[in-house]
Amino acid sequence: MFVKIEPRPEPSRVMKYCSPLIAALLMLISGLIIFTLLGKDPMQAFFAFFIEPVHDLYSVGELFIKAAPLMLIGTGLAIGFRANIWNIGAEGQMALGAIFGGYIAIIFHGSSSHFVLPLMILCGAAGGMLWAAIPALLKTVFNANEILVSLMLNYVALLLLELLVHGPLRDPNGYGFPQSVLFSDSAMLPILIKGTRLHLGVLISIIGVGIGWVFLEKSFTGYQLQVAGLAQKAATYAGFDYKKLIWIGMLAGGLAAGIAGVLEIAGPIGQLLPSISPGYGYAAIIVAFVGRLHPGGIFLSSLLMALLYLGGESGQMNLDLPSAVTGIFQGLLLFYLLAADFLIYFRLRITRRQRKEG
Amino acid sequence: MITKKGIFSIAILAACVLGLALSATAAEKLKIGFVYVSPIGDAGWTYQHNLGRLALEKNLGDKVETKYVEKVPEGPEAERVIRNLANSGYDLIFTTSFGYMNPTLKVARMFPKKYFEHCTGYKTAKNVGTYMCRYYQGRYLAGIIAGKMTKSNIMGYVAAFPIPEVIRGINAFTLGARSVNPDVKVKVIWVNSWFDPGKEREAAEAMIAQGADVITHHTDSTAPVLTAEEKGVYAIAYHSDMSKYGPKAQLTAVTHNYGKFYTKVAQSVLDHTWKPEAVWSGIKEGSIKLAPINPVVPKDVVALVEKTTKEIAEGTFKPFHGPIKDQSGKLIVAAGKALTDKDLLAMNYYVEGVQGSIPK
Repeated sequence: MFVKIEPRPEPSRVMKYCSPLIAALLMLISGLIIFTLLGKDPMQAFFAFFIEPVHDLYSVGELFIKAAPLMLIGTGLAIGFRANIWNIGAEGQMALGAIFGGYIAIIFHGSSSHFVLPLMILCGAAGGMLWAAIPALLKTVFNANEILVSLMLNYVALLLLELLVHGPLRDPNGYGFPQSVLFSDSAMLPILIKGTRLHLGVLISIIGVGIGWVFLEKSFTGYQLQVAGLAQKAATYAGFDYKKLIWIGMLAGGLAAGIAGVLEIAGPIGQLLPSISPGYGYAAIIVAFVGRLHPGGIFLSSLLMALLYLGGESGQMNLDLPSAVTGIFQGLLLFYLLAADFLIYFRLRITRRQRKEG
Repeated sequence: MITKKGIFSIAILAACVLGLALSATAAEKLKIGFVYVSPIGDAGWTYQHNLGRLALEKNLGDKVETKYVEKVPEGPEAERVIRNLANSGYDLIFTTSFGYMNPTLKVARMFPKKYFEHCTGYKTAKNVGTYMCRYYQGRYLAGIIAGKMTKSNIMGYVAAFPIPEVIRGINAFTLGARSVNPDVKVKVIWVNSWFDPGKEREAAEAMIAQGADVITHHTDSTAPVLTAEEKGVYAIAYHSDMSKYGPKAQLTAVTHNYGKFYTKVAQSVLDHTWKPEAVWSGIKEGSIKLAPINPVVPKDVVALVEKTTKEIAEGTFKPFHGPIKDQSGKLIVAAGKALTDKDLLAMNYYVEGVQGSIPK
């Protein structure tokens, strides 16, 4: 008996949107099995992992704080991903956004002007786009692989941030520790709901997702990106300028990541640190794919991803679960998603005999 | 108008509140939370803090209950974890990494009745104390051993980040080594990470290739000690005793011991005598200790180290005593004087004998 893999003549559209749900469900089931194997009551663990993190207003605020950079960056990346433009450099673009925005906050330290914050966001966006422009330029001029270039630039950007925080942007009264001054109130995003940490940046991120939705689903350029992703040759034949699409795809990711970087430092962090992101730029790639490259899906998947992070903490605190559980859940989710996607495009057929040519 | 149902629910609520109050007075257990920056692992910074937590549990028994959260990133994540601990009944919270400073202070403001202790920071508040160890005292002692054991007079120092704490360690080690062997030169490689076994190994290998025959490190992994063992040179371990990773290589280790301190702080909270202090403890308080010295070290060297240890504990000897010259040969501390704690905390230069320059 042999198992044969063959492509399906017509992949199901419905299943394509269902597969993240199936993956999430399978992740949950596997999770409960793992909890049981770890000797924990699975229902109690389920409660600690998925309910405890959202049981009150403060916790829901935390969920959105964690999800905000993921959904914003995820949407920006999806614009490129739809056209098969693979920007893996959001982590670095985010750092550049933080550097540019943070620099504004530091030079205007002590100022109470209302223009500081908008200027920070503008500069952060410019920083992120500048960093994304490098792989875009190299791709359009030399046809250099944007995956490699954008990925490598992450390391450059993170080291640059470290260098600046250890040197010129360091707090002069901070005993030489690598961190900037704490930003003035004028450089901080206001809190939306008292008693939580929910800040204006979360709203900005949600609006950003909305703009991304309009751009992708309602604009002609969005349509061009989609066509280019499905069939690049057809797009070129239709007269679409693929180089222009590369620029748009890369810069959209840079823009979103740059702004996300500013929102992090002007929101929950409040200063420049040697590291300003626990890997949001990479996690956003997973978020974009789990969300089917659709802003609505990305919004939901960013919340799920955020819940996994928070659940990991809550599991540690309430049930002494190891901190690695979060990573296991993320891995399971992606694994099941890939498996489900695979089965949408291919089917397994069990045959009795192996054919000669098979 | 209050309905029957309303009265009933109020009664239930009242019973709950009463029940809560009763259970709180009945237990009286002090709940203590720990926030760790990395997984506990087998050795290193967090491992030592966790040993401290275990010692605290052992010393105070059923008067306390402890809980830790590991691998908490510095910055906004930390604020949430610390807040959640405070919110779920932990009255005393130890935050054990420098990057938790501002998050700890923020949460402390929200919970004025809870006590917070932050490790290695420089900001205290009404309910926030700080603590760290005089790691440099152990470094000086280890330097004496290294200075006596080296043949090439070149030593390699794998360092994480150019902050005063690390620079202080490099300088103390160099001063200790040169106090017994004025020809010693110390090479430093910055790996820009607290924990990166790959980079730490490369750095150690590079310095061994340049003739270093004693390797030490201010990073978190066991890689430098392992590398020294493989290459047949000596090593001075840091944070934890790593003799099982380098039985031949490890001459000694500068170990951190927080158990006594954690016990003392918890006891003071139990006794209602806790005060926000900036505690900087060392050899004297037992928070810095040398791991058992490798038998290859001659008896007279061990005796010298023991004598110096005793003098440091008694306060008659200070590792940073004059004359100390910086790299350019300029006199920084005159003979008969010593650096104050304030000078030590802001140290941003190398002493004579260290090669290279501090990255700016």
